[in-house]
Amino acid sequence: MSRDIYDLIGLAAAACFILALKGLSHPRTARRGNLIGAVGATIATLVVFFYAAEGSSLPLNHLPEILIAIALGLLIGVPAARKVQLTQMPQLVALFNGVGGGAAALVAIVEYLKLGGDAAKSGTEISVPILIATVFTVIVGTVSFTGSIVTFLKLQELMTTRPVVFPGGRFVIAVNLIAVLVCGGWVVNSADTTSVLVLMGLSAIFGVLFVLPVGGADVPIVISLLNAFTGLTVAASGYVLQATLLIVAGTLVGASGTILTRLMADAMGRSLFGTLFGAFTATPQAAAAAGDARPVKSGTPDDVAILLNYARRVVIVPGFGLAVAQAQHTVRELADLLTAKGIDVAYGIHPVAGRMPGHMNVLLAEANVPYEQLVEMEEINPTFGQTDVSIVIGANDVVNPAAKTTPGCPIYGMPILDVQQSANIIFLKRSMRPGFAGIENELLYDPKTTLLFGDAKASLTKVVSSLKAL
Amino acid sequence: MSNGMALISIFTLAVFVGFEVVSKVSSTLHTPLMSGANAIHGVILVGAIIVASHSTNNLELWLSLIAIVLATINMVGGFVVTDRMLEMFKPKKTPKVETAKGDK
Repeated sequence: MSRDIYDLIGLAAAACFILALKGLSHPRTARRGNLIGAVGATIATLVVFFYAAEGSSLPLNHLPEILIAIALGLLIGVPAARKVQLTQMPQLVALFNGVGGGAAALVAIVEYLKLGGDAAKSGTEISVPILIATVFTVIVGTVSFTGSIVTFLKLQELMTTRPVVFPGGRFVIAVNLIAVLVCGGWVVNSADTTSVLVLMGLSAIFGVLFVLPVGGADVPIVISLLNAFTGLTVAASGYVLQATLLIVAGTLVGASGTILTRLMADAMGRSLFGTLFGAFTATPQAAAAAGDARPVKSGTPDDVAILLNYARRVVIVPGFGLAVAQAQHTVRELADLLTAKGIDVAYGIHPVAGRMPGHMNVLLAEANVPYEQLVEMEEINPTFGQTDVSIVIGANDVVNPAAKTTPGCPIYGMPILDVQQSANIIFLKRSMRPGFAGIENELLYDPKTTLLFGDAKASLTKVVSSLKAL
Repeated sequence: MSNGMALISIFTLAVFVGFEVVSKVSSTLHTPLMSGANAIHGVILVGAIIVASHSTNNLELWLSLIAIVLATINMVGGFVVTDRMLEMFKPKKTPKVETAKGDK
């Protein structure tokens, strides 16, 4: 296969990626878009082998090892993606992104070692732009790798979901950043193995420090940002390898990822800067200062059923708890029952309910909830005044009025669903534990609020059966 | 145009394409779009294969083989998980066909 044909096929793969992103931006074409992307990636991967088999510039040594490594990747990646629970998809995406960043960093290091070896043999030097691209890839790829692992640990709740801020943190991270940059300069100047490994280590620490202070609902934004980072590292390693396809694919992801990150931040009313550095300036929360001793009103499923039976308009606000309890089918059963009684039912979907934008839409679509009943935040908020009952199922931060009333709290400024304006509020909760952001919700103590403790699915099943009995 | 300049031009144009292509997306699709873009950068697999195939010593070979494993996970896992997310959005076929007929 000649170089020209190889490049032409690479161009076709690049076009596939553009069409994929375009398709993924619209609900009707999204699935096809993803498929086109997969086709592009497959073509790009296969064609390397064919090109290498005939071409002289790529010897294709170590073919068995390469194939075994790919098989190993398939054996890990496919089952993980197929078996993962809907609730855990966000952290899986974070993990996939992290390994991609790690791969890009490794590719840059290997190419750097090889170029260094070649240069030593021929007595020439590696060109400075290549060195800069290498340093960039190693830094950003490694940051993306370790940063994504921290976001994974946070979402999986293997570590605290709250912002981790320690005394002098700002100073440590600043020193770390300077060390990374100085070491980057060292790599460009010395072009030896030690320097690049030190650079990788320092970048790994920076990735951890960078993500630790981010907490709560801001984690998805950081995942999106790291995703864009990884895209740029792929582009930079494409420059090092002189591979046009990698430059195009990586840049597309980097640019669209940046836009997407901004869209997400906008949807949550956060500035990107505030998200990343807010934790440094925020004062530690006086956690549940006056909270614990205050009385709350808890009800029985029968109470809730009666309340619902005489309502005219009911809004269901789903959150992560719904996903955990796998209660989406039961919710739909309840909604159908209420609709059959002539009650107006809608779902109020907060853009970041769950752990990621669109999480609730995915979950409720699985239960065949009619698309028209899913109402986005801006549209549903003005209607809460006319709502008789709001049922909050496993959501907390997205309805917490502290976002409006308490400056300095971690979610301050995030738009919320105004359930406090409805006549009655029912909270389905497992316990009084605060939400993902780790802050107290005043609404739980509101006289209009009835709490129904227990697993969301079990509680809803009871409500449904008492509603049927009425 | 030198090779380096050509690559930088491609990079610059790709930035604009990337910006344009996702300028308006409803929040419903943010997660699948992120996940799909994530899978696309798994194409670093191509780079990993290239460096593995011309590696000259064991250190280079092992590092690039690790890169291949990671990149494959990123690419294949990414597309599969995105497809699973989007599968949920697809309306069930049979009722849709029926209502379409009923409307007529």
